[in-house]
Amino acid sequence: MSLKSNLHNLKERYKGKKMAPAFNAIHTFLYAPNETTHSGSHVRVVDDLKRTMNTVIMALVPVLLFGIFNAGYQHNAAVDAANGVIRQASIFGNFLTWENFIMGAWTVLPLVIVSYAVGLAVEFLFAVIKGHEVEEGYLVTGMLVPLIVPIDTPLWMLAVAVVFGVVIGKEVFGGTGMNILNPALTIRAFLFFAYPTWMSGDKVWVHQAVDLAGGPDAISGETILGYLAQGKGAEMSYSVADMFFGFIPGSVGETSTILILLGGLFLIFSKIASWRIMVSAVAGALVMGLIFNGVVDAGWITETSKFYGLMSFAFWQHLIVGGLAFGIVYMATDPVTGAQTNRGKWVYGFFIGFISVLIRVFNPAYPEGVFLAILLMNVFAPTIDHYVVRGNINKRLKRAKNATILPRDVEGKAQELKAETV
Amino acid sequence: MALLSKKDANLILDPLADNNPITIQVLGICSALAITAELKASIVMAFSVLFVMGMGNVVISLMRDIIPSKIRIIVQLVVVAALVIMVDQVLKAFAYELSKTLSVFVGLIITNCIIMGRFEAFALANGPWRSFLDGIGNAAGYGLILVIIGFFRELLGSGTLLGFKVLGDPIEKTGLYSIGYENNGFMLLSPMALIVVGLIIWVQRSRNKALIEEN
Repeated sequence: MSLKSNLHNLKERYKGKKMAPAFNAIHTFLYAPNETTHSGSHVRVVDDLKRTMNTVIMALVPVLLFGIFNAGYQHNAAVDAANGVIRQASIFGNFLTWENFIMGAWTVLPLVIVSYAVGLAVEFLFAVIKGHEVEEGYLVTGMLVPLIVPIDTPLWMLAVAVVFGVVIGKEVFGGTGMNILNPALTIRAFLFFAYPTWMSGDKVWVHQAVDLAGGPDAISGETILGYLAQGKGAEMSYSVADMFFGFIPGSVGETSTILILLGGLFLIFSKIASWRIMVSAVAGALVMGLIFNGVVDAGWITETSKFYGLMSFAFWQHLIVGGLAFGIVYMATDPVTGAQTNRGKWVYGFFIGFISVLIRVFNPAYPEGVFLAILLMNVFAPTIDHYVVRGNINKRLKRAKNATILPRDVEGKAQELKAETV
Repeated sequence: MALLSKKDANLILDPLADNNPITIQVLGICSALAITAELKASIVMAFSVLFVMGMGNVVISLMRDIIPSKIRIIVQLVVVAALVIMVDQVLKAFAYELSKTLSVFVGLIITNCIIMGRFEAFALANGPWRSFLDGIGNAAGYGLILVIIGFFRELLGSGTLLGFKVLGDPIEKTGLYSIGYENNGFMLLSPMALIVVGLIIWVQRSRNKALIEEN
């Protein structure tokens, strides 16, 4: 007997019992259930919610792998830098090495495991208590969470944050599909406000930098935005190519813009994510970046200003540093929390990019704001949709009002009758 | 013989749980979020409100037949203001540090909707003894929630209770801190206080299904 029929039998046996949702979840995760339609006039498609989620995870795998290599690479680069050795990144020379992979996997995989174990435990618990099926919502969230936190985030903090994010961000609203905030970003925001020392500074982005701090082997790695916020842009040794390919310190999965771009294209072509949101968010970020560059060019702020470093940063380079690209591709396009109408998506995406760069420049304590911008726009998404729908109704109403109906009686005068408004 | 008749006892007991001013009537949230970062401040606030409400309800109840209804709000405000100023002065005289922590929020007891609400809803229509019990009961219900919120916020946010380092010393890394535990800074921010209130409401309603509204 195959695993599939075994699971099916288990499901039958536990039908109506409290634990049933837990078994059903495993069954439907692995196989198409036996109860689906096989005949008749139904549209049969395979892209259900689970397939959607799995596609996003597939788009995330390259980013995760890169994050693993980069974790090891950044550690070794920081050690080199502390010893005064100048290091040039080369993909096959010192990046894709077993040493980097093992060190990275040893630190990144525990984050992934904790994220999934805790998050799914909460999901299963709520499904059993509330007596509904386990929802697929956590599959993507669980993969996003380890990618948007600093590499050395303590596992217990991650666990606490995941519980908070899943319960307060999702389950209290009624579970997957009902949440108004993106759960992964709720988790990130919780970590940011609860444990700020672990989320910012020049120690958290490089593996072991916190442990070694203060000792003779101390290493550090500041993000590019961190350098700029402190006005130390000139000390930075990263080239634009480093930023674009991702050989820079940062949260685990956010650094490689090119892989994120490929993931984004994959999501667009598989029609999972909305290209409207991505395009308009990029436009929004560019517009805000141009405004800041314009302010600098006009000479309205001087080099002594504490915003000078980030404001004078070339507008298009905002897209390839920090978490902006990752946020736009994988988080802003969340179909549940984003705007639903096509015109609304343009507005929603534009403001995400616009506000991200705004917060990035003006936040005194932490030079990044993508997660705050997306959470803010999550809150406004229903309002945007409301006005888009309202606008459409008004437009059609107007059309109906102005419409004329010619009388059927051709003998009589061609009297124009106003149509009754509905 | 019981000290209080069943009806009178309910005046005190109802607001503690099933008719709690904060979790059921959702009044007085503002101060519950603002001053509960420390347990001590919560307790002092709870007792201040207890005094103001107990006394205020008695005074209003005694005067209820001579207050013209057109100006009753002003009369009520004068009574609350007088009592609040008394509390404020006592705090400034005997607990200056604490009164600085509570700052404007003692003065803002005047605007606490629970107090005016009980004056309007109860003291204007009942005798002094029953009004007194009602005031004490509602203030206790308010204070209870304040203390619960204050307990969790101070314990998880600062690792202390009433200023005592119950979880160890975060700087010298003793107690829980020696194994890597860290204080949760989010707990000290007001949004988290609101979430704690929400969690209390959640727990209360799932224990007593009768409180869940139909919709």
